Amino acid sequence: MKTLNPQLLKNGEAIALELVDTLDFDDFRDCLLEEVRKQGRVAACFGVSAAGESSELELFALVARDRNACVAVYRTRVGERFPSLTPSCPQMHLFEREIAEQYGVVPEGHPWLKPLRFHNAWRPGVDAWGRPADQHPRSGEMEFYQVEGEGVHEVAVGPVHAGIIEPGHFRFQCYGEKVMHLEISLGYQHRGIERMLLNGPHPATMAQMETIAGDTTIGHGLAYCQVLEALSGCEVPAKAQSIRALALELERLANHVGDIGALAGDVGFLPTFSYCGRLRGDYLNLTAALCGSRFGRGLVRPGGVGFDLDPVLAGEMLARLKGIEGNTIGAMEIFFDAPSVLSRFEGRGRLSRSVAEDLGLVGVAAKACAVPRDSRFFHPTGVYRHLFDDLITEETGDAMARAKVRSREITVSIELLRRIGTSLPEGPIRAPVGPLKADALAIALVEGWRGEVVHVALTGGDGRLRRYKIVDPSFHNWSGLAMAMRDEQISDFPLCNKSFNLSYCGFDL
Amino acid sequence: MLQLFLHLLLLLGLSPLLPGVIGKTKALFAGRTGPPFLQSYYDIWKLFGKGLVISRTTTWVFRAGPVLGLVVPVLAALMVPFGSIGAPLSFTGDLIFFVYLFGLARFFTASAAMDTGSSFEGMGAAREVTFACLAEPTVFFSFIVLARLSGSLSLDAMFGQALNTAWQSAGPSLILVVACLFVVVLVENCRIPFDDPNTHLELTMIHEVMVLDHSGPDLGMILYGAAMKLFVLGALVVRLVFPGSTGNVLFDTLLFSGGMLLLAVVIGVVESTMARLRLLRVPQLLVGTLLLSFFSLILLLR
Repeated sequence: MKTLNPQLLKNGEAIALELVDTLDFDDFRDCLLEEVRKQGRVAACFGVSAAGESSELELFALVARDRNACVAVYRTRVGERFPSLTPSCPQMHLFEREIAEQYGVVPEGHPWLKPLRFHNAWRPGVDAWGRPADQHPRSGEMEFYQVEGEGVHEVAVGPVHAGIIEPGHFRFQCYGEKVMHLEISLGYQHRGIERMLLNGPHPATMAQMETIAGDTTIGHGLAYCQVLEALSGCEVPAKAQSIRALALELERLANHVGDIGALAGDVGFLPTFSYCGRLRGDYLNLTAALCGSRFGRGLVRPGGVGFDLDPVLAGEMLARLKGIEGNTIGAMEIFFDAPSVLSRFEGRGRLSRSVAEDLGLVGVAAKACAVPRDSRFFHPTGVYRHLFDDLITEETGDAMARAKVRSREITVSIELLRRIGTSLPEGPIRAPVGPLKADALAIALVEGWRGEVVHVALTGGDGRLRRYKIVDPSFHNWSGLAMAMRDEQISDFPLCNKSFNLSYCGFDL
Repeated sequence: MLQLFLHLLLLLGLSPLLPGVIGKTKALFAGRTGPPFLQSYYDIWKLFGKGLVISRTTTWVFRAGPVLGLVVPVLAALMVPFGSIGAPLSFTGDLIFFVYLFGLARFFTASAAMDTGSSFEGMGAAREVTFACLAEPTVFFSFIVLARLSGSLSLDAMFGQALNTAWQSAGPSLILVVACLFVVVLVENCRIPFDDPNTHLELTMIHEVMVLDHSGPDLGMILYGAAMKLFVLGALVVRLVFPGSTGNVLFDTLLFSGGMLLLAVVIGVVESTMARLRLLRVPQLLVGTLLLSFFSLILLLR
């Protein structure tokens, strides 16, 4: 077996593509499995049509080595079929389904080979499932896993839901009230973002990036900017780094507070539900004070930020934050102190640590299972290098743990905001971004509020984007939700679902 | 005749106010203004003016559910005294008739739900019927206690003047009965902690999911029926807590109405300060209530 000697790169770095060796598929497979065995995790895996006339597909796998603060890059070539890695490395399962759907190649031996987003293959005339190429596949049209037997029934939920949420289809196999299996079928909001980016960046790209998942505007926008900056060798001014971190933490606060409120609403606990709904608005308004948009649209721009923050405004924001902080902590206290709430959350939707690691979960869901995953901690950029030291994990892996991770992250983020706000550097807020390096690969890992947002860019000889891969944290974590529902009561599904609170459009891209 | 008229006027006129009071109380706790007190009247009025959408897969049973849901509380109310207004309809053993009238309505609501063929509604029907089975014995044990105290098998006497002396002779027993009947009010009217009347999550619903497919006047009948059911069952609790009567019909009626509104406030407070129970816990709590009602009987008979 080939020894592990891959090309390494740090978060927000670019390397020349020629430095990355193309391995034999067997070596690629062995190396990847070895990496994962050594506590590595697959941050991104994607295909690229090989350059020239060749019909072959290049596969890239980026394995995050959290303890070494770097990412290992592996590269190989495959033809129309390749042996699936999923049986020995479950976290590859969605990546392989994605590759199969995008390029029409078949990962042989994949135990769960079904379409992900229901679109035609990017290469004409091929389809991994032999679906007709001249018509668009219909979302949700696939073979669902079925359980049969006396007293077993199937419950289909969605894609149209009762609340104001995104579309997604859930198929439960139930025995009475007990869920034996949940299968989740998404893709209803597939917009083809990755495909739109080919030969980019285009003038609209920045705006598109901010809408990959509307609630993670800053997270995705930041990841994209870091990729561009890495590829162009642009040095972001210190003040811009601070403002970016400020916005990222405000986004986390708004969403975490909103989530805790929504969790309270799901169990009918009205006080926290009502307070958090209002407090979420207060945090959003802080973001609006920064840039005029409650969701931070237009704030993060390649090379820096679009809006300056003067010390007067910063002081004002911190003063407002102080008031909101007290209310937030009060709203969370009554939530975590109410016995009726605790009894509802404890032990629901439990995930074991090993399942979380096998599936490669990230963010809140992983931290709740005692799996330390936080790219602010392991792959820090900007101000996080010297300001962030509080990695939060919980042990129990249930809905309670996910709620607690959120509430503890809220206090950490407020403290971070205060540190950033009081030590705001002087200077410019934006640096010019030059042309992108040709034939290079860059990666950015940003800890969005849901978890790790990964963007990877590959440039061609002309310095345009040859491939752009986006991995939203929801991509990994939806499988976690499906596993968490096993042997749960079907009436607890909304609660478990909310405790993960995953993005549909972030998955659908 | 005047008695019947007053009785129906109280029931039909006052019942939609209860959900309004509950809503206002909850809004107060949440720091919101909340919908107006009269919102339920507006809703019912609005729904009666609307059209109907009926699924092709349904039969007459689907239409019968809401009708029964409206008629049954009115019939049941006739057997319950409101304040010093005695029950217009009363006969020995009417307590059994009273309980099974609601059973009849439940049978039709559940059948109508299953008639739609929706898996959600089937689940809701199964839950509703299960919980009702567990609540029923509690009601009977409580009624037996009251029957023993009043020496009568009709609700009019059980919830009538006899209660005044009963509180002095069997206070502890009656306190348990009040607690049990309050739980029954909550569970039968799908309030928190048993069910969440405001949720949009069809997988967690019990009662609400069964009426998802009803619209227009049918839904109006269901809402009106639900408000009256709350009123009738609530009246039992209020009669137990405020048994006194001065002989002045006006004053007693005001006292009774005030008691009903107070009950609505209490329900609102419970809903504002408690989370919903896990579905698996509901039967456990109901069995606990059953034991409590059994204890009250033992206390009385010892």
